[in-house]
Amino acid sequence: MPVDIIVCIKQVPDPEYFDKITLDSATGTIRRSGIPVITNPSDRHAVEEALRIREEFGGSVTVLTMGPPQARKSIDEALAMGADRGVILCDQAFAGADTLSTAYVLSGGINLVARYDLILCGNETVDGSTGQVPSQIAEFLNIPHTTYARKIDMIDDRRAIVERVVESGYLRIEVELPAVIAVLKGINTFRLPTVMGIMEAAQKEVLEMGCPACESLGMASCDMGLEGSPTRVAEVFESPQRRRVEMITGEPQDIAKQLVRRLHQLDAL
Amino acid sequence: MKEIVVWAEQRDNRLLPVSLELLEKAVELAAQMNGTVSSVMMGFQCRSLADELIHYGASRVFWVDDLCLIYYQSDLYPKILARILSEISPEIVLIGGTTIGMDLAPRVAANLRTGLTAHCVNLYIEAIDGKDQLIQVVPGWGGNMLVKIICPEHRPQMATVRPGVMEMGKPDKSRKGVVIPVAAGISDQDVKAKTIEFIQDSSEDKSIEEADIIVSGGFGMDSVGGFTLIEELARAIHGEVAGTRPAFDQGYISESRMIGQSGKTVKPRLFISVGASGAIHYTTGFNKSKVIVGIDKNPKAPIFDMADLGIVGDLRKIIPCLIEEFKKEDLQK
Repeated sequence: MPVDIIVCIKQVPDPEYFDKITLDSATGTIRRSGIPVITNPSDRHAVEEALRIREEFGGSVTVLTMGPPQARKSIDEALAMGADRGVILCDQAFAGADTLSTAYVLSGGINLVARYDLILCGNETVDGSTGQVPSQIAEFLNIPHTTYARKIDMIDDRRAIVERVVESGYLRIEVELPAVIAVLKGINTFRLPTVMGIMEAAQKEVLEMGCPACESLGMASCDMGLEGSPTRVAEVFESPQRRRVEMITGEPQDIAKQLVRRLHQLDAL
Repeated sequence: MKEIVVWAEQRDNRLLPVSLELLEKAVELAAQMNGTVSSVMMGFQCRSLADELIHYGASRVFWVDDLCLIYYQSDLYPKILARILSEISPEIVLIGGTTIGMDLAPRVAANLRTGLTAHCVNLYIEAIDGKDQLIQVVPGWGGNMLVKIICPEHRPQMATVRPGVMEMGKPDKSRKGVVIPVAAGISDQDVKAKTIEFIQDSSEDKSIEEADIIVSGGFGMDSVGGFTLIEELARAIHGEVAGTRPAFDQGYISESRMIGQSGKTVKPRLFISVGASGAIHYTTGFNKSKVIVGIDKNPKAPIFDMADLGIVGDLRKIIPCLIEEFKKEDLQK
């Protein structure tokens, strides 16, 4: 039996440029204009994993994102890798969302797609690094979830065995579908879009949906975006944690000797 | 009475240190807001851990014992915790940011439709518009800032904190508390994601949180041929190898050795950072180390605001000399 998969992806600022990002102190949200964007790294592995499962079982891969119109680029990238169609949830009402209202809107998008056996996400994004969204989506959809997945073995179209990383090993988890599974980067090596893939992507369907589409499901706009976010940025300040550094200078051999002496004096060895 | 709840995580019927660290923080917060500290603990045949939680500051321990709960179950644990929390309506819930806590906390927060702040590095109470709020400090974007996050209207205010970020207190055996057994109220049929077994990594050595000396490399090592020099230096000084997120992304270290906001928090006796500029995402993972040495080619790198001892220069020249010198030290012992 075929498996229909939805992959949630996010366009994020390129971590290489994190030092150029500032916060808008008036709204407490992030000012990212002019910062290059990429598809969140672990999300690309989630797309790859979906394609791999589709190759084995048949079915479909839909990529879903919430973001500004520019997020289309990340959708196109996933389509060029081989995903079948894309959905962008794009509306001013979604802006300024924390993880709870992000997960709420994404669960709405998933319900709009309607047909799914499996939801895949990257385990965390490089911008917020919270990793909170996948299990929150599962809560809104009332389906099981597993995070930190380093391996997914589909037993059949209804069940998967997941290797889930913990601190000193891993758990083997049998997951009944539909479920949300958040994957680590180590799960696979993702393919790069081919020229053919890019050409085919241009023909694929990309749906854009906004707040009215979610409201048609009975969702409330007051639960979306900044308004629907329980958390607020209260203040941003300079990190006070500084030490007074003592620089060691000289020729390399000399530096090495001095360092060892100082470390002894500081009782650090 | 305002209540602070600490989620007590146990594995193999041993409490994780992070839970005790959070109890100490909870006791401090409770004093600031005239509240009490409780703890919720789940597992199988884990009653004896309740006393330990009381000695570390919990005055009530909600104890859920069931064979189903022997391993973490992502279907059951969040459901049970959310149910207990909605019954006792606490002000604050603190959860250790382990790979389990980071799975549990968001689902509970979504169930309770409240806010959750990940990877807090500081927590304290402040009155805002006449209402006590939990100030949750997290490292912010890009480098030199910290962000204060609040959850002004919704309760409980929920936060995760990584292991090693807060200080553990001393157990006080004279502390008294009550242990309240709570029925799991679930059945095997509720389990749709079932943990079958735990497999210990045999290859993975002792966790770097326990290391006395850590040598950590950054992306700067990429241009000097990778992590070979870091590994040699760590061997010479009898330390453990660690690295930054870019070093992990580059495949130089395993995830269990990644230092920083989305990795491990360590406080060894000596932390040597090599070839890493020192973004706060990284430095927040080791800034409580006793002695910090920063080595980088860029004299303006923020790592030098963090270090006790700093060295600027060509890593290819300096590191081999350090290795040499530490090896000489060894011979004298």
